[in-house]
Amino acid sequence: MSKTIKIDGKPIPFEDDQTIMDAAIAAGVYIPHLCHNPEFTPHGSCKLCTVSVNGRNVASCTMPAVEGQEILSETEELNAKRRALTQMLFVEGNHFCPFCEKSGNCNLQAVAYHLGMMSPHYNHFYPAREVDASHSDILLDRNRCILCELCVRASRDVDGKEVFGLSGRGIDCKLVVNTSTGRLGDSNLAVTDKSVSVCPTGALLVKRHGFSVPIGERIFDHKDISQVQLEHAQVEGGHE
Amino acid sequence: MPLCDTPKLTQLLAPIFEKHGRDPTKVLQILREVQETTHCICNDAIDQIAAHLDIPRVRVEGVAGFYSFLSGGRACGEYRLMFSDNITDRMLGKQELMEYFCKKMWIEPGKLSEDGLLTVDSTSCTGMCDQGPAALINGRPLTNLDENCLDLICELIRSHKPVAEWPAMLFEVQDNILRKDALLGEAFEPGAAIRATLKRGARETWAEMDKSNLRGRGGAGFKTASKWSFCHAAVSEDEGHVVCDIGERSERVMVCNADEGEPGTFKDRVLLNSYADLVFEGMTVGAKVVGARRGFLYLRGEYRYLLEQLEGVLQRRREQGLLGTNICGEAGYDFDIEIHLGAGAYICGEESALIESLEGKRGRPRNRPPFPVTHGYLGYPTVVDNVETFACAAKIALHGGEWFAAMGTPQSAGTKVLSISGDCERRGIYEYPFGTTIRQILQDCGAEDAYAVQVSGPSGTTISWKEFDRKIAFEDLGTAGAFMIFNRSRDLFQMARNFSHFFAHESCGFCTPCRVGTTLMKRIMDKVNGGHGTAADLEEMKNLGQLMKSMSHCGLGTSAANPVLDTLNKFPDIYERRLKALAFEPAFDLDGALAVARRITGRDDSEAHLRAES
Repeated sequence: MSKTIKIDGKPIPFEDDQTIMDAAIAAGVYIPHLCHNPEFTPHGSCKLCTVSVNGRNVASCTMPAVEGQEILSETEELNAKRRALTQMLFVEGNHFCPFCEKSGNCNLQAVAYHLGMMSPHYNHFYPAREVDASHSDILLDRNRCILCELCVRASRDVDGKEVFGLSGRGIDCKLVVNTSTGRLGDSNLAVTDKSVSVCPTGALLVKRHGFSVPIGERIFDHKDISQVQLEHAQVEGGHE
Repeated sequence: MPLCDTPKLTQLLAPIFEKHGRDPTKVLQILREVQETTHCICNDAIDQIAAHLDIPRVRVEGVAGFYSFLSGGRACGEYRLMFSDNITDRMLGKQELMEYFCKKMWIEPGKLSEDGLLTVDSTSCTGMCDQGPAALINGRPLTNLDENCLDLICELIRSHKPVAEWPAMLFEVQDNILRKDALLGEAFEPGAAIRATLKRGARETWAEMDKSNLRGRGGAGFKTASKWSFCHAAVSEDEGHVVCDIGERSERVMVCNADEGEPGTFKDRVLLNSYADLVFEGMTVGAKVVGARRGFLYLRGEYRYLLEQLEGVLQRRREQGLLGTNICGEAGYDFDIEIHLGAGAYICGEESALIESLEGKRGRPRNRPPFPVTHGYLGYPTVVDNVETFACAAKIALHGGEWFAAMGTPQSAGTKVLSISGDCERRGIYEYPFGTTIRQILQDCGAEDAYAVQVSGPSGTTISWKEFDRKIAFEDLGTAGAFMIFNRSRDLFQMARNFSHFFAHESCGFCTPCRVGTTLMKRIMDKVNGGHGTAADLEEMKNLGQLMKSMSHCGLGTSAANPVLDTLNKFPDIYERRLKALAFEPAFDLDGALAVARRITGRDDSEAHLRAES
């Protein structure tokens, strides 16, 4: 008999070494998330995937599934908190969806729609963040960076280059590039690198591809992020 | 800065590299020394460190940007004066003194003087609250500052006198031990606890620890014997293969957490200054019990001045056969202790962030599980205990578990060393059995007019005068030792605001709720302080506090809202009397924003002002 956990009352089977998030995705249960990507080591920083396990809040992407866990995820309280965290991500950076190339393909925007975020709620910080257009093929716009470190992980673990890292502390955390000049153009980043395509927002964009898919025909224009990510996971899982 | 010129830089870095070798876990130690030597961490230095250690420069830059004492590319003066910014320092006049000094030296806080000589700034509590206002000059503590001291410092700096040659009286640090009990009261003979352990046996010593009911003194209160047994039983991954239980090859690590960063706490400073043998002995006993060969003392950067003295104690203990190989003649009892310095990051008091920092990384709390007792320093099972916990452990090894358990309360055995500061006649170190009331403590230190007490620092609990019959104990008021007293003349709002700034400054930035939440909290507190607060802002802070409490990654985030939530709950009037309107008030003053335009145009007539809507 396979082991099971319960998410919102529904029994979910799991295998050893799976996290709650892994088990949920495999069973077709969506838990909102931004810094998590099933292809990479879980990170646990955005905290959107927080669920209540036997009454205690934990990040489902890093918490191992254990027999007997009673998990709450789709509660009004948790979704309100996820919405607040998403609002925080919007106000701490400079996110202007109407003229962002990533609009419609952006996980941050899509998760905000999914959670019913209608306004930023908090006062905007309007931080001064650097844009780096020095690379011939790739634009780095830190205004849109949510510090999920997916590019950091991809560059280190998949591309084997370690082009990106974080520096600074607290609200001054920022994405930095592995060059003496700090410029992306001086790095060995290639346009085909995983670290470029993995960005969930428009912080890393491939140049000269702007609006090649028109607004209205983009990933999240017709499908909710929950559907997109579950389908994606099934396709990926099918390859294994 | 001339010191950053490449040929000279290479010369300056050479001895630092020589000393630390090519071990990447030494990044932070190297960066600290580069900062001390060149007054900044310039780009070239990062390149050279990365090349020397053969790691990507982005990792070095990540570490360089994380710790407050590393100024990054921003050059600091030859003299770097940092005023301790705890609320207790402010109550003793820190802010006025800093302004006085800056005015005298014609300098703005946070900016390098034009001649490159001096930088003045604020820093988080330096652990001198019993003798504030305090500051650090080039890493060395200055205490009991007043205008006379600052006049003298002014002269010393203007005459380019090296800090090493400054008058000793500027740097005097007192222990101020005012009440001793079982831990501090009796003289301790180095080696006594180790010999008792060897006589009794490791397992039996663990049994005594278990009987003693000793709980961690760093605040969390986890039972020490349990932590030690988890570590002892842990399976560690060693070079790819799994080593089980207490196999010979399995390595375990004992770490003493001396990153005493909680504002208002300074008891570890005193323990390390005057009871270092007791602390190191507790670690050595622990090493025998769990089977560890390596030990670390993680010493906060603010206590850098204790380094040489502590190295001296370690060296003496090696010579006495109390550290090193075959301790006390016991074959195979090998253990030694290395000191690592922090560099200004409160978060490194969190055990997994401390381990990251020990490994030479950014001090970012890890995801748990796995816990440090099974996967700690470099993946080895690791015990991280507070300075005071190890001191207690040494005493328990010597006198037995029952002796210890007989003190305090059933759930909180033993005594607690408190760091008392703020509004009282006798500030300093007081050791009490657990179960002592706040009232008793206030009476003993001469706090006649106490109105509130901040127990266990900003991350702890704000106690109002109505609650003075509560007790210091894990089952009532758990504490890591801070005890800051506020009398009726104090504005507790300023306390809460000071703490909200502290947390925003110290958040590591890893998780969303803490990174953004602490800054939002700080901004709302500043808005209320500026007279623009509304009832809606107070509601917002309550919601924000709940969000941070329930969604944050580690203890910093979950407790960062405590001072605001506690004061909102217990002292609502300190907020309400500041509110401008109950409904809505914009965050900024529109007419005030036009002041610059009025100055430029030389106008101040009624047409140049926005009329208030009636």
